[in-house]
Amino acid sequence: MSGIFNVSRREFLKTGALVGGGLILGANIDWAGAAEEGTKKSYAVEPNSFVHIAPDDTVTIIVNHSEMGQGVYTSLPMLVNEELEADWKKVRFESAPVAAVYNHTAFGMQMTGGSTSVWSEYDRLREVGAAARQMLIAAAAAAWKVDKKTCRAQKGKVVHTSGKFFTYGQLAEKAAALPVPKDVKLKKASAFKLIGRPTARLDSPEKVNGAAKFGLDVFLPGMLIAVVERPPVFGGKVKSVDAEKAKAVRGVKDVVRVPSGVAVLATDFWQAKAGRDALRIEWEEGPTAGLSTPGMKEQYAKLSKTPGKVAKKAGDVKEGLASAAKAISAEYNVPYLAHAAMEPLNCTVDLRPDSCEIWVGTQFQTVDRNAAAEIAGLKPEQVKIHTMFLGGGFGRRANPASDFVSEAVHVAKAAKTPVQVIWTREDDTKGGYYRPFWYDSISAGLDKTGKPVAWSHTIIGQSIVAGTFFEKVLVKNGIDNTSVEGAADIPYAIPNLLVDLHTTSIGVPVLWWRSVGHSHTAFVVESFLDELAHVATKDPFEFRKGLLAKHPRHFGVLTLAAEKAGWSRPLPKGRGRGIAVHESFGSYVAEVAEVSVNKEGELRVHRVVCAVDCGQTVNPETIAAQMESAVVYGLSAALHGAITIKNGMVEQGNFDDYPILRLNEMPKVEVHIVKSREKPGGIGEPAVPPIAPAVANALFNVAGIRLRELPMKPEVVLAAMKKK
Amino acid sequence: MITLEINGKQHSVDVPADVPLLWVIREHLRLTGTKFGCGKGLCGSCTVHVDGKAERSCQIPVAEAQGKKITTIEAVASTPSGAAVQKAWVAEDVPQCGYCQSGQIMTASALLSANPKPTDAQIDEYLSGNLCRCGTYQRIRKAVHKASREMKKGGKP
Repeated sequence: MSGIFNVSRREFLKTGALVGGGLILGANIDWAGAAEEGTKKSYAVEPNSFVHIAPDDTVTIIVNHSEMGQGVYTSLPMLVNEELEADWKKVRFESAPVAAVYNHTAFGMQMTGGSTSVWSEYDRLREVGAAARQMLIAAAAAAWKVDKKTCRAQKGKVVHTSGKFFTYGQLAEKAAALPVPKDVKLKKASAFKLIGRPTARLDSPEKVNGAAKFGLDVFLPGMLIAVVERPPVFGGKVKSVDAEKAKAVRGVKDVVRVPSGVAVLATDFWQAKAGRDALRIEWEEGPTAGLSTPGMKEQYAKLSKTPGKVAKKAGDVKEGLASAAKAISAEYNVPYLAHAAMEPLNCTVDLRPDSCEIWVGTQFQTVDRNAAAEIAGLKPEQVKIHTMFLGGGFGRRANPASDFVSEAVHVAKAAKTPVQVIWTREDDTKGGYYRPFWYDSISAGLDKTGKPVAWSHTIIGQSIVAGTFFEKVLVKNGIDNTSVEGAADIPYAIPNLLVDLHTTSIGVPVLWWRSVGHSHTAFVVESFLDELAHVATKDPFEFRKGLLAKHPRHFGVLTLAAEKAGWSRPLPKGRGRGIAVHESFGSYVAEVAEVSVNKEGELRVHRVVCAVDCGQTVNPETIAAQMESAVVYGLSAALHGAITIKNGMVEQGNFDDYPILRLNEMPKVEVHIVKSREKPGGIGEPAVPPIAPAVANALFNVAGIRLRELPMKPEVVLAAMKKK
Repeated sequence: MITLEINGKQHSVDVPADVPLLWVIREHLRLTGTKFGCGKGLCGSCTVHVDGKAERSCQIPVAEAQGKKITTIEAVASTPSGAAVQKAWVAEDVPQCGYCQSGQIMTASALLSANPKPTDAQIDEYLSGNLCRCGTYQRIRKAVHKASREMKKGGKP
C-alpha cells in the first residue's frame, strides 16, 4: 500500500514502540469499573495511526482490536467513518501492529476482551475520524486558498460551496502533514448516519471463499512444524526423554526440550505428530497427580459450610434468615470448561539474532510481545506481532501467562529455525486454562407476604487472576472480583445480603471463559431466585419484576423479553418456559427459553427470546449475531460441556467427549434490542449468562425437576425425573 | 509420488500414503481455506468435495484420493450450488470468526447439488456434522434456504 497517512504512521510507530517498552499496564485498571474509567481521556488522538487513505481513495482503517468473530473489523471502522465521512464502500480494515498508540483506552495495553472493544473505542475512534476529516478539509481549503468554512466533507470528497471538489485520495498526502486539530467536535447521536445502522460485515467475503488468513494459514520459507508433548498432569515435568524412535520418523528434523514439554519438529504436521507419538517420556507428575473431580467437589462442599471472605454485606443476614417465615437453601456446582475454539491453538515464530516476528491469533498483543521479548532476550520493540484472524477466542487467546506464544518462541529458540507450533484438538482440550469449577451454597428467606428478606451466598472456586500481573489490580481485600461478579452485585431488592468467597488453590490452570464469573453466578442466582419464586408461589417473571423497581434497565429487558415471548400465553402441552435476566459488561440481557424433555431425559430447547439493552447501538447486525452466538455458546455449556479430572488428568479430548451444540439442536433465537441513548455496553459476552438458568427454569416449569449442576445431560435429567 | 486432481489441476506430491488428504491440501498445495479442527472427522472444518460429495479430508489417507476429483473451498464457486451458497452466506452475514465456514459451505453446497430444495429437517440432518463454535447455525439454515431459492431462479444446480 503506497500510503500517504502511512508515512507518518510509521514514524509514530517508532516513537510508540519506544514508549511501549516494558509492560504497560494502567495503574488504575478496574475490570468492573472499566466502563466508567473509559470515559477518562487516556489517549492521544492520532489519525495517522488509524487512517490510511491511498491515492485511489481506498480508506484503510487500522483496527487495534482482534477479530475473533465479534465483528470489530466492521464496527470499529464504522466509528471512524461516522466522522470521517469517507465512502463506506471504499473502507477496508487492517490489523494493527503492536504499539502504545493502539493500547486499549481503559486498560493501557493492547488487548481484546471483556466485551470492551466498541465502548472503549467509542470516543477515541470518532475523534480520530473527525480529526482526519478536519485535516482533509484544511488541506483542500489551503489548496483552494478559501475559508475552511466554505468546504464540507461528503462521501470521500471535500466539496467547496462553488461545487468544485477534491477526493480524499487527492488530499491525503497534504492532510497528513497538517497538525492534528485539538478538541474536535463530534456529531450528536441524532445526526448519526452509520452508527446504529445494521451494516454488513466487511470480512464476510474473504471468510466464504477460503481467503481469510488465520494463524494456522501462515507459511514461512524454511519453516518447520512442531507439536509438543506436554505433561499429562498439570504441573508435571519431564524426567527423561528417549527421542531415538521419534527422530527416525520420516520428515522429523529435530526434537527439543522446552519448559512446557518436548517439541518434535518436522517438515509436515503429520510427520511431527508421528514423531511425537514415537517419543518415550518419563514424567514427574507433581502435586496434582491425585486430583479428581469428585474429590474436589467433596472438598468444596466441606468448605462451603465455613464462612469465606466477605465480598458483599448488607443488613444482617443471620437475623434475616432467622426471622423469615420460610427459608430454603441449596447447593449448586458447575464444571471446568474448555473454550474449544474451532481453530486449535497455534503460533508461528521467526526468531533472528536481533528480531522476532510472530504470526498469531491473539487477544493479548502487549502481553505476548513482552513475554516473547523476554524469552528471546530482545527488547520489546524488536518483537513484531502480526495479528491474524482468530478462529475463535472466547478468552483462551488472552492469557496473562502467554502460554501458546511463549512456548512457540521457546521452540524457535531451541531449534534455531522458523517454526509453527500446532496444537491438536486433544492438546487444546487438555491444555488447561479452563473456566473454573465452582461450588455454591446458597440460602434465602421469605417474609409472610413472600418477599425475600435475606440472601446468603457462599462461593467456592479458583481465582483466575491469582498469580498473574492482574492480581494487583483485580483482587481487592482478598476478593477476586471475577469470582463474585454477578453475585455480589445482584439487582434484586433484598435487605439482608451476604456474599462470601473461598478462593481455592488447585493446580489446574484457569482463565476467563466468555462471560467469566457471570457464566457461573447467573446460573446460580437466577436458578435460585426461581426456586424462591416457587416457594413464594409467585410467577417467576412477576416475582423478579417486583424486586427490580430500582433497576429500570433490568426491568426493561425483563419485561420486553417476557412480552415478546408471550409469557402470559399458555404453551402447548409438554413445553415449559423459563426466564432469566442478568447484567454483565455494561449490558442488560433477559432471555426466555422454551423447552421440552423426552422420556430419555433429552432436553430440547425450541425457542429463545432474547432482549438486550446495550445502550447506544453501533452495528445492530453484529449485536443480533452476538446474541445468537452467546446463546449457542451458553447452551453448549448448559447441555453438554464438562471438563473432568481423574488422577490429575483431563478426561476429555475431542468433540466426541467434549461436545458442543450442533445445528440440529439449534433453537429459534429471536433478538430484540432496546432503543437507547445510554453509552454503549459490551456485546460479545452478556447474552451467555442468562441462557443456562433460563433453560434450567424452563425444565423445572415443564417437568418439575430442579437441576443445580451443569451440564444438564440426559442421564442427569433422567435420574432427576425418576427420583421425582 | 502421489498424483491428485484438485480443483481441476493435476498435482504430484511426495508424501507417505497414509497422510490425511487435509494436510496435503494445506501444507503442500497451500490451499489453506480447508481447515484443521479436530482431526477425527467430528467437526467438519476440513470438508472438501470428493467426486462431488462432501467428505472429511482429515479422514482420507492421501493415497485413497488418487483418481478422484477433489474440489476445495477455493474453487467451489465454479459449481452453481457453491456460488449460490457463498453469495447467500455473505447476504445473510453468516460468518463470525469464520474458521468453520469453509466446511459449512462445502457441506451446504453438496447438499444443494443433491437436493436443491431441502427442508429444515434435511438441512439439520445434513449439516449437523459441521460444528460452529460461534453459533452461526440459525443464519446457516436461513442462508441454505436463500441459496436454494437463488439456484431455482438461476436454473439447474
